[in-house]
Amino acid sequence: MLEADNLECVRGERRLFAGIGFKLGPGELLYLKGRNGAGKTSLLRMLIGLLPPEAGEIRWKGEPIKAAGEIFRADLCYLGHLNAIKEELTPLENLMVAARLADETLSEDDALDALEQVGLAGREDLACKYLSQGQKRRVALARLVQERRPLWVLDEPFVALDVAAVDWLAQLISAHLQRGGLAVMTTHQPVDIPAGTVRELGLS
Amino acid sequence: MLGVVTAVIARDLKLAMRRQADIVSALFFFIIVVSLFPLGIGPEPDLLRKLAPGVLWVAALLATMLSLPRLFADDHRDGTLEQLALSPHPLGLVVTGKVIAHWLVSGLPLTLIAPVLGIQFDLSTEALLVLTGAILLGTPALSGIGAIGAALTLGLRGGGVLLSLLVLPLYIPVLIFGAGAVDATVSGLGGEGHLSLLGAMTFASLGFAPWASAAALKIALE
Repeated sequence: MLEADNLECVRGERRLFAGIGFKLGPGELLYLKGRNGAGKTSLLRMLIGLLPPEAGEIRWKGEPIKAAGEIFRADLCYLGHLNAIKEELTPLENLMVAARLADETLSEDDALDALEQVGLAGREDLACKYLSQGQKRRVALARLVQERRPLWVLDEPFVALDVAAVDWLAQLISAHLQRGGLAVMTTHQPVDIPAGTVRELGLS
Repeated sequence: MLGVVTAVIARDLKLAMRRQADIVSALFFFIIVVSLFPLGIGPEPDLLRKLAPGVLWVAALLATMLSLPRLFADDHRDGTLEQLALSPHPLGLVVTGKVIAHWLVSGLPLTLIAPVLGIQFDLSTEALLVLTGAILLGTPALSGIGAIGAALTLGLRGGGVLLSLLVLPLYIPVLIFGAGAVDATVSGLGGEGHLSLLGAMTFASLGFAPWASAAALKIALE
């Protein structure tokens, strides 16, 4: 489903990595590992098409992602370093707006249920600027609860979460993989995700 | 296709309503700058009538400039711009929605207040009507052209000044034909030609500017 060939990344004058390639099929999870500055985020941004690779090609269902364009983006869910939530809006509004902009149908009940799962029950109508860092991260993660798009690309999803939330998220990712989804993620924390196939890719 | 445009407009309007200080400060800037001229020049109706269109238009350009740096900067800072770029819609449509929303919260209030301010300059009813029409037709072009500048300077240090240097020269045609429409009406030549050109500029910039901005945004996101 997702294939990368011979990827090369140059940031500024430095070459971060070259010759990176992998194949990822349904139900498989790819861990990107490497020290700070090894280019994990750059590789993720390449995979989602925001950063054009210096060399090499990325294909989704056999087609280069640049050519697949909107079809690829309709299959993709990306969660970056930044939470992508609006401080002025409430958690509920954030979820509804994000779903509408991503062209997904999300009922208000489903959104409320997702917020309850991430432990934000009772705070649905509080502007996000009044939430703590961890709670803001949970609002961002609540998007994943109803997310049925096949490819998840997650950049450090466990940052700022407490132990219970880390377990919950691991279960969520595992359920996604069992539905036949694909996931690519970076993390510095050793997290046990029960999944069929876990691949690892080290960047040095 | 149009669903995403209305979704972006609805989102940006809701955000603007939660942050009314931004709208109000640009509007008050416009009101104060325009009102300072009659006070400074003194009660000379002929001179004021002559100055009015130019003063109102220059103040409108500057008031529009005030809100431009934040057009994409907030979305860039909190990561929503990435999500917008990754949505299954063309980014140009998303930017179209943002430009329309920007006009609704900056250009439209200026248009509504302009006739009231024009009275300070002793403009005739006909001149006031043409002035308001010209501002109504011209301000969407200001938002459109401004979006290109805002996208090009996104993430740059001191981007605000660079944005002014980049965008204000591009506003010159709108300024000339906008102010010219009133002069032409007052002198009896008729301002229809000027207004048609303003309308053409607005249509061209609304059609073209979002796609140019989208290309610039993609570079900024790399």
